Amino acid sequence: MNEHADQSQDQDDDEELDLTTLSTEELVEQMHDDLYDGLKEEIVQGTSILLERGWSAERVLNEALVAGMKIVGIDFRDGILFVPEVLLAANAMKGGMGILRPLLAETGAKPVGKMVIGTVKGDIHDIGKNLVAMMLEGAGFEVIDIGINNAVEDYFAAIEEHQPDILGMSALLTTTMPYMKVVIDEMVARGVRDDYIVLVGGAPLNEEFGTAVGADGYCRDAAEAANMATRMVEERRAAAG
Amino acid sequence: MPRPGKTILIIACGAIAREIHQIRTLNQWRHIEIEAIDANLHFTPTRIAPAVRDKLIHANGSYEKVFVAFADCGTYGELDKVLTEFGLERLPGLHCYATFAGQSQFDQYHDADPATFYLTDFLVRHFDRLVVRSLKLDVHPELLPQFFGNYQKVMYLMQSRSPLLEQKARDIADYLRLDYCSVETGFGELLPELQAVVGV
Repeated sequence: MNEHADQSQDQDDDEELDLTTLSTEELVEQMHDDLYDGLKEEIVQGTSILLERGWSAERVLNEALVAGMKIVGIDFRDGILFVPEVLLAANAMKGGMGILRPLLAETGAKPVGKMVIGTVKGDIHDIGKNLVAMMLEGAGFEVIDIGINNAVEDYFAAIEEHQPDILGMSALLTTTMPYMKVVIDEMVARGVRDDYIVLVGGAPLNEEFGTAVGADGYCRDAAEAANMATRMVEERRAAAG
Repeated sequence: MPRPGKTILIIACGAIAREIHQIRTLNQWRHIEIEAIDANLHFTPTRIAPAVRDKLIHANGSYEKVFVAFADCGTYGELDKVLTEFGLERLPGLHCYATFAGQSQFDQYHDADPATFYLTDFLVRHFDRLVVRSLKLDVHPELLPQFFGNYQKVMYLMQSRSPLLEQKARDIADYLRLDYCSVETGFGELLPELQAVVGV
């Protein structure tokens, strides 16, 4: 009897869930679960269904994708999820973003702000930086990703060209993270430090280090980076009147 | 409690424990006890310092000397806090495997090309378990570029001369789609580090 019940349960589990049969509320919850499980195809399908049901691209982004990634971020921080799972979730979110990006552009809505981001000289580790870039894009920022192993001149070329609100620097190695101070000191020397918000992040960093190198903020994780970036840009604009 | 005759305890990172065993055997250092900590913790480095601390508490002053054969190993100073508390020392540097190349040589390698992924005998032997399966590359090969796309070459720091291991290292480089080079290091600076611990 139990054997049959188990077999029946297995069959139920194997059956593919038809996302179109879910209520919108259920679908959003399901998309959070699918993001958590890194199911890109399901996220793409869910995104399309929500749009077909009349949701705006911005609402799909915020309530289905970004909210789902925040859950992933929390469980990564708490040691429940690890890097491979976070990457799979991020890849799934990118699937949804691929549909939403042109729609968001069509609305003509002004970006929340602009950020130039890159890992510092000598450091090729960019998983964290890429997650931050994705979450900032999700938060409505225009993100200019200048990649890995960036020397001072690379950062300056990018900020002069793009005139961002924020400069973001990332490092994974204790040997490379001091380079953030080299960049910030050079910004001071050239008299442009106060023109930009400088945010730093990476596994070996902490709040104290961020303060010591003269950054405006240390971001513990990608979700926090998005929140901090949004808040600081708003504050700066409010202060400017 | 230590086994009879054991006066020195070495708490070793699992990634270099085999070589420490070999050095002990070759030198007939029978008074050394070795306790290894799972090399898998390199993927969850926040667990390394607590794991070392547990071993130290368990040792409970039973040995004349204790040495921790870890480098920082991704603990970002947390291991050093534990060692300061117990008044102990560890291997120098950031990565335990760098001791095979020698710290200054390893730094030169890194400065010359930060896009290098290092292998040791241990990592070659256990690559499938420690890298492929831990990073879920066996079921999600699409993640390979995200983990290794910024690397340009594999450098195999060879502790032993094994054609079998060298071929496997080359296969790993192929799998990672990276260039390959190797250098014979032997035990490198691990031997003098342990000699200093033993006092010879």
